[in-house]
Amino acid sequence: MKLPIYLDYSATTPVDPRVVEKMVQYLSVDGDFGNPASRSHRFGWQAEEAVDIAREQIADLLNADSREIVFTSGATESNNLAIKGAAHFYQKKGKHIITAKTEHKAVLDTCRQLEREGFEVTYLDPKEDGIVTPEQLKEALRDDTVLVSLMHVNNEIGVIQDIAAFGELCRANKTILHVDAAQSAGKIEIDVQKMKVDLISFSGHKIYGPKGIGALYVSRKPRIRLEAQMHGGGHERGMRSGTLATHQIVAMGEAFRIAKEEMASENERVLALRNRLLNGVNDMEEVYVNGSLENRVAGNINISFNYVEGESLVMALKDLAVSSGSACTSASLEPSYVLRAIGRDDELAHSSIRFSIGRFTTEAEIDYAIKIIRENIGRLRDMSPLWDMYKEGIDINSIEWSHH
Amino acid sequence: MAYSEKVIDHYENPRNVGSFDKDDKSVATGMVGAPACGDVMKLQLKIDANGIIEDAKFKTYGCGSAIASSSLVTEWVKGKSLEEAGKISNTEISAELALPPVKIHCSILAEDAIKAAIEDYKSKNA
Repeated sequence: MKLPIYLDYSATTPVDPRVVEKMVQYLSVDGDFGNPASRSHRFGWQAEEAVDIAREQIADLLNADSREIVFTSGATESNNLAIKGAAHFYQKKGKHIITAKTEHKAVLDTCRQLEREGFEVTYLDPKEDGIVTPEQLKEALRDDTVLVSLMHVNNEIGVIQDIAAFGELCRANKTILHVDAAQSAGKIEIDVQKMKVDLISFSGHKIYGPKGIGALYVSRKPRIRLEAQMHGGGHERGMRSGTLATHQIVAMGEAFRIAKEEMASENERVLALRNRLLNGVNDMEEVYVNGSLENRVAGNINISFNYVEGESLVMALKDLAVSSGSACTSASLEPSYVLRAIGRDDELAHSSIRFSIGRFTTEAEIDYAIKIIRENIGRLRDMSPLWDMYKEGIDINSIEWSHH
Repeated sequence: MAYSEKVIDHYENPRNVGSFDKDDKSVATGMVGAPACGDVMKLQLKIDANGIIEDAKFKTYGCGSAIASSSLVTEWVKGKSLEEAGKISNTEISAELALPPVKIHCSILAEDAIKAAIEDYKSKNA
């Protein structure tokens, strides 16, 4: 077994070897390296054809029309284009936007920018399980709400939002709905014919494609218009200028094709591994799953190990490549804002670990992970005065600590 | 985070983890820090009839540097008088462990833990 074990598929995924094989055919002088915008020779035509096929493959996974796909550099750019583009284009209709506190920074920070430009933003508070209810959205919608941006699957806690219900409410209110689907594409069904969503952001590298490529679904019926954020040669129907990255687009298309084909069987396998991991650790005391376990993608589990400090936990799990909600491991000094938003206190947020499982995770890796988690949680708790106090029945919140 | 070999050694093989009976008159207990800040250190010293520290134990909730700092002071205080132990400073601890600047507070906490234990012993035996 190769150490460390990669359990951070929500951060990024390795490119599938089948995708790599396709991708390299569009780079060198022996391949189709042409500019898809070149109309006067076969180099251009062949590249354009490859892009068209990839566009179809991506549209296929969503049950969309290929003309509804706009290529970008990734989900962050897609989120920026969707939110700023729609807000700017439709601002005469209203300047109110709704999002949630647990959204990705690419959405939250974009909304902050719009606030600086004079928009008003409502940040919904998800329930303790991480879910935003349709009732919450209904209450927040106003006549001047021009845009709602809510994610499909949360990147930290993996919970799934009821996008179809949000779509009904937004359509009835004549409000544009944008969904960040970076974490859901290829993991759960997205059907734009069933869900009334206007704009959807996608990423290539979260689903075994390369980094640096993403897409934005822009609905044609009803027709959604956007103010471009990138100006130039008028590519992508004027919504996003810049020479199309043929190799990355072809790769993303292939990744989406594989995802559509294998999603059902892969989910079954990944879910079994996730449950194996969870069952392997949750008989320990004071172990908390963060976010709804029922409404959650197969590959994610986010757990807090109480009375163990986050950074020492990450040190202890050095053979596992995982993400921590602890402040000590990140540049900011605050623990996970997602866990704080769902009401976890600082200590539980600090002691949280996100395990994300994917296509290349094996049962042996999960078993090894369980073993080192159990050993080290036990070891760190044996060393923890707080664990002693918990065992003696002392409430650590009743003690007057000397803050330093 | 890049830690020195000494921090990693103390973290992976902590010395003198454990507890003494805190109600024993020959035991000095110092507990410092706060859970919300991410570190709590409990240091206990066992003091013989001549006022010499014959044994020391610790328990720490905190990062690798906090664990290493407390592990180190349990080694250092053994065989010292209370007065000598009280002179151990955070700069010596951070120098020995080559702590990065953001982790200096761990060595300060370890120094505070020694001082708190000495206070506890004095008030118990006043």
